[in-house]
Amino acid sequence: MRSLTIKKQKREKIKTLKDYLKLSEFRLQWSMVAVLAIILAVFTIRNPRVFLSFRIYYSFMSIIPFMAILALALTPVIICKEMDLSFPSILGFSAWMFTSLCASTGNPTLALIISLITGLLAGLLNGILVVKVGVPSLIVTIGTMFFWRGMIMVCSGGVGKTLVPVKGTILFQSLVGRIGGVIPAQALWAVGLAFLFWLILNRHKFGTHIYFTGDNIESARMMGIPVNRVKILVFAQLGFFAAFAGILLVLEALYHWPTTGQGFLLPTIASVFLGGTSAFGGMGTIFGTFIGCIIIGALEAGIISIGLMGFWTQVFYGLIIVISVGIHTILRRRT
Amino acid sequence: MELKNEKLVRMVNISKYFGEVAALRKENFEVGYNEVVGLIGDNGAGKSTLIKILTGVHPPGKGRIYFQGEEITYHSVERARELGIETVYQERALGEQQALWKNIFMGREMTTHLGFLQVKKAKKETERILKEVIGFTAAGLTPDSIVERLSGGEKQGVAIARALHFKAKLIILDEPTMGLSLSETKKVLNFVKGIKEQGKSCIFITHNIYHVYPVADRFVVLDRGRTVGEFIKKDISLEKLVNKLYLVARTGEISQN
Amino acid sequence: MLKRYLKLSEFKLQWSIFAVLVALFTLFIMGAPRIFLAPDMYYSFMSTIPFMTIMALALTPVIICKEIDLSFPSVMGISAWMFASLSASTGNPTLALIISLITGLLAGLLNGILVVKVGIPSLIVTIGTMFFWKGLVLVFSAAGGITLVPLRGTILFQSLVGRIGGVIPAQALWAVGLAFLFWLILNRHKFGTHIYFTGDNIESARMMGIPVNKVKILVFTQLGFFAAFAGILLDLEMSYYWPTSGEGYLLETIAAVFLGGTSAFGGMGTIFGTFIGCIIIGSLESGIISVGLSGYWTNLIYGLVIVISVSIHSILRRRT
Repeated sequence: MRSLTIKKQKREKIKTLKDYLKLSEFRLQWSMVAVLAIILAVFTIRNPRVFLSFRIYYSFMSIIPFMAILALALTPVIICKEMDLSFPSILGFSAWMFTSLCASTGNPTLALIISLITGLLAGLLNGILVVKVGVPSLIVTIGTMFFWRGMIMVCSGGVGKTLVPVKGTILFQSLVGRIGGVIPAQALWAVGLAFLFWLILNRHKFGTHIYFTGDNIESARMMGIPVNRVKILVFAQLGFFAAFAGILLVLEALYHWPTTGQGFLLPTIASVFLGGTSAFGGMGTIFGTFIGCIIIGALEAGIISIGLMGFWTQVFYGLIIVISVGIHTILRRRT
Repeated sequence: MELKNEKLVRMVNISKYFGEVAALRKENFEVGYNEVVGLIGDNGAGKSTLIKILTGVHPPGKGRIYFQGEEITYHSVERARELGIETVYQERALGEQQALWKNIFMGREMTTHLGFLQVKKAKKETERILKEVIGFTAAGLTPDSIVERLSGGEKQGVAIARALHFKAKLIILDEPTMGLSLSETKKVLNFVKGIKEQGKSCIFITHNIYHVYPVADRFVVLDRGRTVGEFIKKDISLEKLVNKLYLVARTGEISQN
Repeated sequence: MLKRYLKLSEFKLQWSIFAVLVALFTLFIMGAPRIFLAPDMYYSFMSTIPFMTIMALALTPVIICKEIDLSFPSVMGISAWMFASLSASTGNPTLALIISLITGLLAGLLNGILVVKVGIPSLIVTIGTMFFWKGLVLVFSAAGGITLVPLRGTILFQSLVGRIGGVIPAQALWAVGLAFLFWLILNRHKFGTHIYFTGDNIESARMMGIPVNKVKILVFTQLGFFAAFAGILLDLEMSYYWPTSGEGYLLETIAAVFLGGTSAFGGMGTIFGTFIGCIIIGSLESGIISVGLSGYWTNLIYGLVIVISVSIHSILRRRT
C-alpha cells in the first residue's frame, strides 16, 4: 500500500514533464510536414530541373487524389479502432459498375448514382457483419475483399472496357477535367473532401462520437453514444468514397481494367498511419493523413526523377514508414 | 403521501439470489434528500448488487424501489438515468485521449440543429463547470487538456462534474478513492463535499472507512447480504465506528450501541 | 470452469471447420468425380499447399499473441532470393540454405524488436518492413530470375522437395511434421502456454512473471525463419527463382489462419484449425475449375467461404 502511494506520487511529479510536452499532437503534425519538406528538398537539390518546374506538381495533383480520397475515408475507420482491407475491391467493383452502366445506358449521371450506391451498400455490408454478427473487421474485410474482387472478375469476364465516349461531358469535366486548363479537378475534390472530413471529425457531433468509440468503447456506450451505429456509418462512408475514388480513377484513365484498384491497399493504409493515426484507436487527424498521402505519392515520382531505379521506391516506402512511425511512437510514449 | 418526510430513494425488502446464493436478504436501504451515505462493506457483502439493482443493471428479485415517493415498476439503466441517478464507475467512463471539454459533453454534445458542435460555448461551459460545480482549480488545467494527462483524482472530479452538470439528483460513487494517493484522495473527498453543497445526494461505496468518514452524513454497513449496522455521523466517533467494523469482521454481528 | 467452456467451444469450432472441409470436398467429388476420386489431384495438392501451410502454421502463434505480420511474404521473397543467388554463386546449397534461414530469422527478429522495444503496433511495423524487403528483392534481383536446375538431384533437393516413393512430395511431409511440432509446442510446452497467456491478457501475463516481451520477439522471429524455409522450398519446387516469389501469399495465408478459428482478439487458436483452413483455401481454386466453373469465380467463392465460416465462428463463440 505504501509503496503504491509512493509510486503514485512519483507519477505525479513526472506530470510536470508531461505538461511540458503537452503539444505532442501538434508537434506530430508539424513533424510530418517537416518530413515532407525534407523529402521535397532532397528531390529538388538532386534534380532541380524537374522539381522546380510546374509539371511534376501537375502530375502529383492528377495522381495523388485517388489515394488521398481513400485515405481520408479510411481515417475515421482506423480512429474507430477498426480496419478495412476491402476498400480497393469495392473501388474496383463500383468502377466496373460505373463503366458498364455508362456503356449500356449512355447516361453517366445515372451510372454515377448507382455506382455510389453500390459502394455505400458494400461498405454497409462490412459494417453490419462487424457490428451485428461480431466478426472482427480485419477478418470480415479480408473476406469481402476477395468477394468483391471475385465479383469484378465474374461480371467483367476478365476484360477491360473503354470510357472514351464519356470524355467531354459535363460530368467528366467537373470530376476530372482540368480547371483553367491546368489544375486537375480531382485535386480540388480531394482538398474539398479533406475539409469536409476535417469539419465532421472536429466540429460535428458524429466526429466526437467516432473518437470516443475508438478511444474507449465501453465508456462511450455507458455515456449513451450509439457505438454500433457509429461503426456501421463509418464503414458505409468508406464504401461510398471508395466508389467515388473508383469513378474518378476510371474517368481519368478512360478505361476500366479488371485489376483497377489493386495496389491501393497498402500505400493507403501506410499513408494513414504515416499521418499519425494510431492503430490503437481514438487518435488521428485529417491533416496528418493528407500530408501522409502527399509523402507516399510524391516518393515514387521523386525517386525516379532523381535517377534511382523505380525498384528503390518500395525500399524507401518501408524505411520512411518505419522511421516516421517509430518517431511518432517515441514522441507519444514520452507524453 | 407527504413529500416532506419522503426520502429520495427507498428500497424495501429487496432480496436477490444468484442461483442458490443469496446476494441480498430482505434488505432495506434509503437515501435522503441532500444526504451523503457511506455504503461500507467487504467484497461480497452485497454493496455492488444493491447498487446495480438501484441503477437498473440487475432486476430486483423481490422487493420495491421508490424514487421521490413513487414506485419504480419497470427499471432499466435508461430509466435510472432519466430519473436522475448517475453512477460514476471505477473506470470513470472517460475517453482518455480526448480533450476535457469533449469528455464533459460525451454523448450529450452541445450542437446546432445540424449536429455541428458549439465549440466555444462548450469550452466556456466546461470552464464554468470545473470552477463552480466542484471548485476545480488545478494549475494548468484547461478545457483543452487531454484527460490522459490528468491525475487519478482529477479524472474522478471530471466524472463527478459531468454527472452534476446533467442534473443528477443522486450520484453513486463506486470506490472513487481506490488506488489513489493521499493527496489525490483528498481531492476526491472535496468533490464529494461539492456534491452536498449543490444540494444533491450521494452514495459513496467503499471499504475504506477512513475515506468516507469525513464526508458522509450516515453510514450503512453491509455484511453477507444484509445491513448489520447503521450510524448517523453526529452520534459516533471515527474510533468507535472502526471498532464496530472490526467486530463485524470477527463475528458478523454488530451492536447498535 | 472458464477453461472448460473454452475447451468446449474450441472443440466445436474445430469440428465446424472440419465439416466445412468435408462439405467442400463432397461438392467437388459430386461435381467432378473423375478428377476428385483419382489420386493425381491429391498429389498436386500435396505439392502446392505446403508452402502456404508452413507460413500459416508459423503465423498462428503471432495472431494468438494478438499481433499481426504482413511482412512474411516479403521475408519469404528476400530469403528465396538469398538462397537462389547464393546457390548459384557458391555452388553450395547447404551454405545457401543456412544463410537464407538466418536471413529470415533476422528479418523476423527485426519486426519483433521494432514492435516490442520501440513500441510501434505490429500492423504498422510490418507494413513498413513488407515494403522494405519487397523493395530490396526488386533492387537485388533487377537482373531477373535465377535458374536452380543444377540443384536437382542433390540430397538437399531430394530431402526437401523430392518425391517420396516416387509420388508423395516431401514438402507435404515437412508441412505435416511442422504441424505436429507446432501443435506440440503450443499445447505441450511452456512456451506455448506463454503465447496463449500473452495474447489473452498481456497485463496479467506480465504480472504472473511471463516474459511477454521475449515471447513476442521469439514469435516474430520464428515466423521469419519459417517464411524463409517456405521460400527455399518454393525455389526448389519450381527449380527457378522469380523476383515475384512470395507475392500473392499474404491474404490467402491470413485468411487460412482466421478460417481455422484463430481469434483476431488474441489468446485463442489451434494448429488443427489452421491446417484445415490451409487445405480449404489451397484446394478451392482447383476445385472450382474442376467442377466446371470459370477461374473467375475463385475469388468470389474465397470471399463467401471466409465470410460465412468466420460469421459462424463468431456466432458460436458468442453463444458459449
